[in-house]
Amino acid sequence: MPENEEVLLLKGNEAIARAAIRCGCDGYFGYPITPQSEVLETLALLKPWETTGMVVLQAESEVAAINMLYGGGGSGKRVMTSSSSPGVALMQEGISYMAGAEIPGLIVNVQRGGPGLGTIQPSQSDYNQATRGGGNGDYNVVVLAPASVQEMADFVDLAFTLAFRYRNPVMILSDGVIGQMMEKVVLPPAKPRRTEAEIAAECPWAANGHGLRSRKPNILTSLELDPAEMEKKNLRLQAKYQQIREREVRYQTVGCDDCDYAIVAFGSAARISQKAMELARARGIRVGLFRPVTLWPFPEREVAALAARVKGILVVEINAGQMVVDVRLAAAGRVPVEHFGRLGGIVPDPDEIVDALVTKLPHA
Amino acid sequence: MTREDIIRPENLVYAKPALMNEQAMHYCPGCSHGVVHKLVAEVIEEMGMEERTIGVCPVGCAVFAYRYLDIDWEEAAHGRAPALATACKRLWPDRLVFTYQGDGDLACIGTAETIHALNRGENITIIFINNAIYGMTGGQMAPTTLMGMKTATCPYGRDPHLHGYPLHISDIAATLEGTAYVTRQSVETVAAIRRAKKAIRHAFDNSMQGRGSNLVEIVSTCSSGWKMTPEKANRWMEEHMFPYYPIGDLKDK
Repeated sequence: MPENEEVLLLKGNEAIARAAIRCGCDGYFGYPITPQSEVLETLALLKPWETTGMVVLQAESEVAAINMLYGGGGSGKRVMTSSSSPGVALMQEGISYMAGAEIPGLIVNVQRGGPGLGTIQPSQSDYNQATRGGGNGDYNVVVLAPASVQEMADFVDLAFTLAFRYRNPVMILSDGVIGQMMEKVVLPPAKPRRTEAEIAAECPWAANGHGLRSRKPNILTSLELDPAEMEKKNLRLQAKYQQIREREVRYQTVGCDDCDYAIVAFGSAARISQKAMELARARGIRVGLFRPVTLWPFPEREVAALAARVKGILVVEINAGQMVVDVRLAAAGRVPVEHFGRLGGIVPDPDEIVDALVTKLPHA
Repeated sequence: MTREDIIRPENLVYAKPALMNEQAMHYCPGCSHGVVHKLVAEVIEEMGMEERTIGVCPVGCAVFAYRYLDIDWEEAAHGRAPALATACKRLWPDRLVFTYQGDGDLACIGTAETIHALNRGENITIIFINNAIYGMTGGQMAPTTLMGMKTATCPYGRDPHLHGYPLHISDIAATLEGTAYVTRQSVETVAAIRRAKKAIRHAFDNSMQGRGSNLVEIVSTCSSGWKMTPEKANRWMEEHMFPYYPIGDLKDK
């Protein structure tokens, strides 16, 4: 084990908090909401402002928290927030402004069931909101879907890397299962927060005053009243999103090499589906699991290739059928694509997934 | 003596601050914004903070403040400027961080962000332009619109039964433990401009010395929204706004 690594038994929410401190995060701004309050609680307990200098602030609302992210990210700092579905709904204005002003930042959504106040139990029903932008205007945020507590930790640094590489908000779309369950986690070696000189080198666009006398002022805004200029800006954003689509697709496959049928699932549904896959194989049905790790950009080409060599696809989600639309678009009618989901905070068990596979794809 | 004889460097008694660029302002004739922009620029220069300042713009008439002052700016969503400023100051403690907001932005949609940033004692300054109207969107009722005052959305005059009462945001701010300095100023005369500049300097000094949050309200005119000449707007402000929003320090800790 490399020096400086740490192995702990942690909840997903605690892993997020500890990973943030270790990856040189400059600031966390959040508001309590179940089932993710342990993120802020863990940070408050660990007092990183006394060690790494990381700022931790309980905001007056999710609206304020996301705008603190705008402010901090716009100044070139690595800043993050976390919330759960109703709170992330409140943040959509700020996320849209961040996308428009091209401000990096990390938003963690530990999803719970809706609509409205809904339930505090797990859900994956914010898939559409996360992958379609969510706020006003044509934009996308990069969406990472962890399926383990280890990935909750690993994706924090990855999210910051992507956010600054593309000057764009990045979301970790988790859920109450991954946020609350405990697993062994290898925490990465700690790295220091960037110095002012390092921030200036990485973020020459940032509004922090650094070196103003020898450059033009840095202005971060999403506003442009001239339609011709605004169209140009939008086209530039779209070109950036296209670049992200081409470069940043991530996914995982299990047992897809010899499979007749495939389950496509993300996050906690993928963990459960892996067990379902094993049960199905024990019954002689050759099933593989395809797990999109980036929900946006969606692994379209890979799902299309999968659809070209299996007899049917079952999309398992803890929602009423959201990612299934993307899978059907990618499959383009080559094979039947069916959906199985549970709602209201109920997490499906592996047996009912196998049953759904047999029932919905009758030749399986 | 010709004009050229008079305009010579040795005769120079006044110049615009270097931070103010040549961009023509979009503000209406008689608007208070131009004067307040200048004061902010002068104070930043006098403090030598050009390379260590972050300004946060509002949504409203001052949305384009970033076009006129050559410092680094972040343009906030409507009402959220104090949240941006909170993060900037906490992440960059040696920076001068201020917001520049109007009454609709600060005292209506952004009341929560304003009150909480002030109450946390964030070491920032909020410059608050109070002209009792929504200027940018064309003269609608603001939280600070006076009783009986006519606007596009209260065309028969502000009526408490229909619209409630004007919000005295600075009076509220003065009661908060986190505020170091709360003042109400104006810029309609040379003397008033001098006092307003002193207030901005005091607020900026406070925020750099970590003394807490600062609110500088500037009671202002909106001659277009009020449908008056600039001069008449100044007189109207003195007669009607000042009794309701009295000029002077509300708190100086």
